[in-house]
Amino acid sequence: MIHPDEHDHGLDPDLPILTTTVERIVQWARKSAIWPAQFGLACCAIEMMAMAASRYDIARFGAEVFRGSPRQSDLMIVAGRLSRKMAPAMRRVYDQMPEPKWVISMGACASVGGVFDNYAIVQGVDQVVPVDVYVPGCPPRPESLIYGIVQLQQKILRSRA
Amino acid sequence: MAELRTETMTVNMGPQHPSTHGVLRLVLELDGELIQSATPTIGYLHTGIEKTAEQKKWQQVIPLVERMDYLGAQSNSLAYALCVEKLLGLEMPQRVKDIRVLIAELQRLSSHLIWLGTHSMEIGAVSMLFYAIRERELLLNINELLAGFRFFPSYIRIGGLREALPRGFHDTVNAFLDRFPTKLDEYEGLLTKNDIFLRRTEGVGVVSEEQALAWGLVGPIARAAGSDYDVRKYFPYSSYETYDFNVPTATEGDVFARYRVRMQEMRESLKICRQAIDRIAPFGEWACDDTRVVPPPKDKVYTEMEALIQHFLIYSQGFTVPAGDAYVPIEGPRGEHGTYVVSDGTNRPWRVKMRAPSFMAIQALPSLVKGGLIADVVAVIGSNDVVMGDCDR
Repeated sequence: MIHPDEHDHGLDPDLPILTTTVERIVQWARKSAIWPAQFGLACCAIEMMAMAASRYDIARFGAEVFRGSPRQSDLMIVAGRLSRKMAPAMRRVYDQMPEPKWVISMGACASVGGVFDNYAIVQGVDQVVPVDVYVPGCPPRPESLIYGIVQLQQKILRSRA
Repeated sequence: MAELRTETMTVNMGPQHPSTHGVLRLVLELDGELIQSATPTIGYLHTGIEKTAEQKKWQQVIPLVERMDYLGAQSNSLAYALCVEKLLGLEMPQRVKDIRVLIAELQRLSSHLIWLGTHSMEIGAVSMLFYAIRERELLLNINELLAGFRFFPSYIRIGGLREALPRGFHDTVNAFLDRFPTKLDEYEGLLTKNDIFLRRTEGVGVVSEEQALAWGLVGPIARAAGSDYDVRKYFPYSSYETYDFNVPTATEGDVFARYRVRMQEMRESLKICRQAIDRIAPFGEWACDDTRVVPPPKDKVYTEMEALIQHFLIYSQGFTVPAGDAYVPIEGPRGEHGTYVVSDGTNRPWRVKMRAPSFMAIQALPSLVKGGLIADVVAVIGSNDVVMGDCDR
């Protein structure tokens, strides 16, 4: 009698085959090719550039294709303090992005207003757009942002397509 | 043939645009490809920093002003510290002055590297960004060594510096200074005689010296148009008068002239850095001896009652500054960066006002781009090196 592990199920044993669900493979593809929008607000945008550039090289995680147009991107990294004047414009950028889309709130100002607890700054961008990952720091180091993107990738992999 | 009726078209550029350096919005009126008029709209990054500063104690304002012009962070804190020290009547020891000069010049290099990377990326030389950020990371390493923070070290404080220089500081800075000149040659080899780069920059966004002064433009933009105004030479601060350096100028006033002036400025900054690092002794004073502002050393805090009280007072109530006002200009990476501070004699500033060079650069933008092609707007914005955090505050 053939052991269950050795049973070829009627398939050619030399042909490598993996079985999975459509949902899982779609989410795997999505998480492996995140295209962020090139959308910087303030200081954090410079660290976001540093993350994309020479030393940190976010291309290792498949998220290096920064797009100038929100219509071609599926991740918005809110990098910096969001003023009340900018909030409608940012919401419009978010609305222009096609589904599925994700948001990373980068830095203390974007997450909770940071040190600028005053009339001009929105105290957390989650009042304007839904946020998936918050990255703390003022500004966060590129490693922190990379960690945030990896967390987002795991979240994408866990969620339903 | 009947005359063709043409209408101008209004195009909105920004606030979300990859090459407006943050959140600048320009409303362009176009006749075909030619720009009839440009109207900048600012305020998309208004942070209320000047107002928030009025609620903070004097020392607490340092991190706020560093987040204003985020590319020239330590130039901001130097301007603010010098201004408050002028009100307090403090004189820094020579070693502190030299360290401040070194830090300010390293900050200028770091800011110009970001300018070089983004400006040339926007007009087509995409790989320049990676070259520029490669060297900038070394400068951020120095910041990290100083204060454990890459971006905003807050190392310059009122009354001196935050703490003594870390071990290995001289070696790290010298290693960078040795390495950087060949890297500058590498950048110039990529750009200065590059035909595409020249065609995008020569004769674009021309400003004359009179125009520049009328618009209040200072710094590299005015120096590229023939002015030789540099605060470091005209109103020396922090012992710049004892340093040997030149002020690079050009006369064309176009985008390419601004590029050449900034590249030369980086070489001059290197010269200043070398002189400074040679003067700085590895150990020595890192703050003035005024007990009103500088907390006593820790060994005294643990053994003497008066020192403990003084330490507690400085960290709980802060210090008071005599009533009055002061204006101190410094030469930041973008030009004359002035700080105006009014004190009413309490432990918080009554008013903090910044003269931001980016604001002047943006108000001159319409006259610089008028009559040009729409593609040149990007080149002009990049060469003006505006930082919206500086302009909007």
